[in-house]
Amino acid sequence: MDTSPPDPQLSALYQELILDHYRRPRNKGTLDHATHSVSLNNPLCGDEIDLQLRVDGDVIREARFIGGGCSISQAAASMMTQLLKDRSIPQALALADRMSAMMHGDEAAARDKALGELRALAGVAKFPVRIKCALLPWNALTDALKA
Amino acid sequence: MLDAARLRADFPLLRQREHGHPLVYLDNAATTQKPEAVLTAIADYYRTTNANVHRGAYGLAIRATEAYEAARAKLAGFVNAWATEGVVFTRGTTEAINLVAGAYGRAHVRAGDTVVVTAMDHHSNLVPWQILCQEKGATLRMVEISEDGRVDLSDYGRALERRPKIVAFPYVSNALGTVNPAAQLARLAHAVGAVVVVDGAQSTPHLRVDVQALDCDFYALSGHKMLGPMGSGALVAKPELLDAMPPYHGGGEMISRVWDDHSTYNKIPHKFEAGTPNVEGAVGLAAAVAYLEGVGPERIAEHEQALAAAAIDRLTQIEGVTVYGPRDHRAGVVSFTYGDIHPHDIATILDQDGICIRAGHHCAQPLMRRLNVPATARASFYLYNGLDEVDALAGALVKAGALFGYVPA
Repeated sequence: MDTSPPDPQLSALYQELILDHYRRPRNKGTLDHATHSVSLNNPLCGDEIDLQLRVDGDVIREARFIGGGCSISQAAASMMTQLLKDRSIPQALALADRMSAMMHGDEAAARDKALGELRALAGVAKFPVRIKCALLPWNALTDALKA
Repeated sequence: MLDAARLRADFPLLRQREHGHPLVYLDNAATTQKPEAVLTAIADYYRTTNANVHRGAYGLAIRATEAYEAARAKLAGFVNAWATEGVVFTRGTTEAINLVAGAYGRAHVRAGDTVVVTAMDHHSNLVPWQILCQEKGATLRMVEISEDGRVDLSDYGRALERRPKIVAFPYVSNALGTVNPAAQLARLAHAVGAVVVVDGAQSTPHLRVDVQALDCDFYALSGHKMLGPMGSGALVAKPELLDAMPPYHGGGEMISRVWDDHSTYNKIPHKFEAGTPNVEGAVGLAAAVAYLEGVGPERIAEHEQALAAAAIDRLTQIEGVTVYGPRDHRAGVVSFTYGDIHPHDIATILDQDGICIRAGHHCAQPLMRRLNVPATARASFYLYNGLDEVDALAGALVKAGALFGYVPA
């Protein structure tokens, strides 16, 4: 049996912060007075998210999600909902762009403190088939805000 | 068991390495790798024999037609078809089932009729029947499965009380590996007057198939899952049923005479092969059949059952791993989950060790709902897999467990 230690790229992908958000997702649930809601799924792998926002004027007051899927998609959703609280819509859309840039290997984006804990997902960029997992909640966000 | 290492040498793709590890290909239920003999047959066809079939008056076209029809005869013999003309070449199982639903089903199913499928059917043996039933106002009745992943025979009996026009089921489940008692299911369905459609995508590559012994009416298979090329496959049917069916696709080759406003149709099987066929696919598939016959379907089945048994044994020793499906009457498909590690994460981690498995719903979403899981990880074996690869799978799973905190790193 191969007993070599896990690949460093894998260790970077599955770091503790990501597994913590996967196992104890923040803001999981539904909102009573949602102003925006959108459902997205990835028919190939079955990851799904129902994202709800409560927007007051131009500001996202609260974001919650329900859904199921891999550690990457669920951690990304949990981290995103934390980051969105009290952001304006233009700020939220700019964060979505920043996240997408980081997933596509932009190193400046991966160092951008504006992304908060989401920077832990920078390692996903090394796994091209998993990028869509990390971006699923962000795609739900842009769909919700642009609808 | 077979000498897997020796057989592996016949498959050029399996010589490559992935992330510095030997490639361990365990996604054979999705598609299989191709032996040199198949690759050579396809290349030789284009190098020496290529012309359009059933058209040309010249020697080359005649030889192409002969190669195509010889491939049909070879495949007919492999599954003991009722007649060679009862073998219609298709793009695969999906197209074969759509052909039955679209031609036989549309002609025979009426409002208020019932079509029966099972909860373990692949979407390709479910969605065509959904479309047909919606169009006709017919009822689609899904037969439940038992907890260990078999067709629930008492529910099957209740479904047959509706005297369905068509009963469709898989011989072998792609998601669970269950080998269904196909001959018994067919006999029961015939007793109430139904026509029986068997999805043979996962049985033809892995067992000795005899469609006459099964006594079904339609049998669908895919070439690419049995060492043949992608886009090859067949519908094997009772000739009298094919004869009485309206055509499926219109075009060249399928006609006898064409007037301004109507046509008469060619004899079977050509009536169902509109347009220039996939001759390369048929020739490659015949080479795959020759390869499988050389090894022996019975020995292949035995080998895969031994691999599956070893894998189930190794995997269930890992705390947190759940294996789905029956313990016996199963083929070389092992579907499992590992604690709360999502199957996609398992697949990513295994890929770093060069191990290819499938993660997802396996085109069987109704089944996944019944198993109460969104997805499973699936290792599926073939003749070129060995016990060393079962070891590699188990070892890599322990690494996944370490990354997710299930076992000490």
